[in-house]
Amino acid sequence: MPEFEPVLLWAIAALPLLGFAINGGAALAGRGTKALATIVGPGVVGLAFAIAVVNFLGMRGAELHGPIVESYWQWIVVGGLRIDAAFQLDPLSMLMTLIITGVGFLIHVFSVGYMHEDPGYVRYFAYLNLFVFFMLVLVLGASFPVMFVGWEGVGLCSYLLIGFWFKDREKADAGKKAFIVNRIGDFGFLVAMFMLYANLHTLDFVSVFEQAPVTFAYGGAAITAITLFLFLGAAGKSAQIPLYVWLPDAMAGPTPVSALIHAATMVTGGVYLVARSGVLYALAPVSSIVVAGVGAVTALFAATIGLRQYDIKKVLAYSTVSQLGYMFIGVGIGAYAAGVFHLMTHAFFKALLFLGSGAVIHAMHHAFHHSHSHWDAQDMRNMGGLRRFMPITWATMWVGTLAIAGIWPFAGFFSKDEIIWQTAARAVGPFQPWFRIYWVIALAAAMLTAFYMTRLMVMTFHGGPRMRDDEQRHLHEVSPVMWVPLAMLAVLSVVGGWINVPRAIADAPLLGWIPSSEWLHDWLHPVTEVADATLAANLPAFVEHAPVGGTELFWGAASFALAAIVMVLAYRRISSREIRPAVESAEPTGFGRVLYRKWYVDEIYDAFVVRPVLAASRAMARFIDEYLVDGAVNGVGYASRAFGWVGSRLQTGQLNSYAFAVVAGVLLLLAIVVLQ
Amino acid sequence: MLTRSLVLAAILFAIGTAGVVFRRNAIILFLCIELMLNAVNLAFIALSTSIGIQGQVFVFFVMTVAAAEAAVGLAIIISIFRLRETVDMKNFNLLRW
Amino acid sequence: MTDLLWWVFASVAIGGALGTVTRRNPIASLMFLVLTFFALAGIYVLLNAHFIAAAQVIVYAGAILVLFLFVIMLLNLGHDYRSDLRSGGWIVLSFVTAGLIGWTVFRGVQDPAAIAQGAGPQGIEASLAQLNAVGAIAQPLFREFLIAFELTSILLLVAIVGAVLLAKRRV
Repeated sequence: MPEFEPVLLWAIAALPLLGFAINGGAALAGRGTKALATIVGPGVVGLAFAIAVVNFLGMRGAELHGPIVESYWQWIVVGGLRIDAAFQLDPLSMLMTLIITGVGFLIHVFSVGYMHEDPGYVRYFAYLNLFVFFMLVLVLGASFPVMFVGWEGVGLCSYLLIGFWFKDREKADAGKKAFIVNRIGDFGFLVAMFMLYANLHTLDFVSVFEQAPVTFAYGGAAITAITLFLFLGAAGKSAQIPLYVWLPDAMAGPTPVSALIHAATMVTGGVYLVARSGVLYALAPVSSIVVAGVGAVTALFAATIGLRQYDIKKVLAYSTVSQLGYMFIGVGIGAYAAGVFHLMTHAFFKALLFLGSGAVIHAMHHAFHHSHSHWDAQDMRNMGGLRRFMPITWATMWVGTLAIAGIWPFAGFFSKDEIIWQTAARAVGPFQPWFRIYWVIALAAAMLTAFYMTRLMVMTFHGGPRMRDDEQRHLHEVSPVMWVPLAMLAVLSVVGGWINVPRAIADAPLLGWIPSSEWLHDWLHPVTEVADATLAANLPAFVEHAPVGGTELFWGAASFALAAIVMVLAYRRISSREIRPAVESAEPTGFGRVLYRKWYVDEIYDAFVVRPVLAASRAMARFIDEYLVDGAVNGVGYASRAFGWVGSRLQTGQLNSYAFAVVAGVLLLLAIVVLQ
Repeated sequence: MLTRSLVLAAILFAIGTAGVVFRRNAIILFLCIELMLNAVNLAFIALSTSIGIQGQVFVFFVMTVAAAEAAVGLAIIISIFRLRETVDMKNFNLLRW
Repeated sequence: MTDLLWWVFASVAIGGALGTVTRRNPIASLMFLVLTFFALAGIYVLLNAHFIAAAQVIVYAGAILVLFLFVIMLLNLGHDYRSDLRSGGWIVLSFVTAGLIGWTVFRGVQDPAAIAQGAGPQGIEASLAQLNAVGAIAQPLFREFLIAFELTSILLLVAIVGAVLLAKRRV
């Protein structure tokens, strides 16, 4: 097999950066024509995708001896630390690059239609291209600091894009919230980097992962602390408890932004971090328990909130948080391939769902604009019966719903199922009690997922239309530039899972007619082999059946059946209920109200975190800034004036006084001379 | 006698200085300055008893200069008096600016 | 005898100085200064400076102070008996400073090394005996200090012209 040379690796990232420069410059100069942005915006990402595919095909056909690191220039050289501006190409980063550029390209194309009437069209594409650049730096970075550059960069772009319509105070605040909460996570990342350097004196991936198994004791305090801090960073970026609160608010941004950043790419940065650092997590079983536990709880918690949200994007936002929880279960338990698999399939169907909802919102806006209504275009209670008006959107969104609910043979079934199964299989040794609990939680969350997604579809597309007749006349399907990406994502949501069918299912009689088998697992093997070996060395063998009995095949079929039953039940229940438009609906009561109010988490944070911090800073401002600092500075001024006043008293203009001064001086000199 | 005369010169000089400091009448101020000059003359003369005749020569010159200075100074005081109708030093405070 | 005379003259000089400094009436002040000058002339004689003593009386007391007297009378200052002393604080301050000067010099002259040794009284006595009083001072004046002597005359000329100009009424 031939050797593999990366082709224009740097161009994959440089192209979106160039797009940012061109679009940004045009936006600043105020003379960006829509045509330029339309071509440059999606164009650079499409080109980057093409280059990525070329490299991917090359990698597939070649023999890989480990990650390929291309170093472009020396970035930091201080003391014993040397970090290069370098990209690392290995199976994991290649996969992520394909997802980012591929799905990103489709979303760019969708945005051409969605943002067409927006005055900030050119600025939008500039920010979006910048985001893609930073995300690529994040996944392609060859060391923790380079990754951190991308990490921070996507946080910045998230802020810029969430607060895209910054003239609306709420939307600007949402952008701020995202950035600030992210920052808390970034602190964790930084501390972890410092601790890594203190222990290993290196920060690039190749060296760190070579030395970590040798330097750190299994389950030791150092590695546990490092991995926990890394997870804090991941929790901030990937919206896990307790740092998830920014993601629902981030829906204030344009919907394609939600699709790209808060579904397919940026929020997966945390998962990527943990997957990339698999070697470190394999050495720290306590951290694995914590990561998987937080993921499991978040998955369930967010799913409960999604049950009672009425804004279509909020449902999808909480769904994203929940699915991210699944991914963290996957990488937390050590099934890195499974977690990344779910990352990939989730990118497909969540982007599809978000873009579909974007199409819906676009159409609803259009209708309400014509009737000058003030109804919320995003509230599902104002929709209904859209299936008649937007059939393509309806169909593609059902594909996405089936995928996310875990219905065979759609993509989500395979990925979610593998995670659930692996949780059961790896419940051995110290993990036994924990992973069993997580397994139950994961199953419960899967049921809830099926329920709320069906609810979303029914409220939006089925039943009778709840808008007025004159508005209905203006509802129509979106333009091809918007539904073609939907269709392509729908195809991916169907076949995307087929690249990693577990052998247990592939060998089964009925479910096993899909050709591929565990390809992704093998593809990622070079990246995960060290971690897998560490786990195998320190834990007992994995089990072949679930805690309550039953093989992988059994539970695969069972979860499929359960999901299907839940969906049917949900369909019937939601369809049978009468739904009034938002202005006529009362707020839910009882436990439903707690869910509707998101378990009051934002209010709790406000009372226990935000207000004390603000009060403390106000007190500091008054005491330290006004009293001490201003007092000192003003005091200097007063002192100068006082000295000046004293000095001015010497200027009497009286000759006698001046003569006295001379005499006094002479006396002093005389005294010095005489008394020597 | 030498040391006694030097001490006397010092005392006279000190008294003259005190007068310069606390008298406001310009003419009397001038008189106190003349007193200081004379104290210095006494010091020179006293020292010349041990050093040589140069002390007395210097006193000669000091007297001459004192005369010239007195003449010019008094002329100035007369001009000021013509302008201000007073020789009280507290009125002459233009040096403050 | 010499010592007694010295003490007499010294006390008169100090008394006159104090009187100069403290009198309100300018004429009284001036008269006390004349007294002081006379006493000083007496001390000069005791210190073997006969010519200077004479010059002191003739030039200083007889010309300069008379000039002062003329100016006082010209300006008609003798009638105003208001006090022209500055505020009390200054008086205290000035006498304190004066005392310090006196004390410092007193300390200074205690040190015999501070007083240089020169030709000695014998040198003056000798030249006095040789050339009488005037000659003793004229000799160095017209020899080593000739240039200074000439310059002094120019100085006097300048002073005269200046005084005339300054005191002139508007032309």
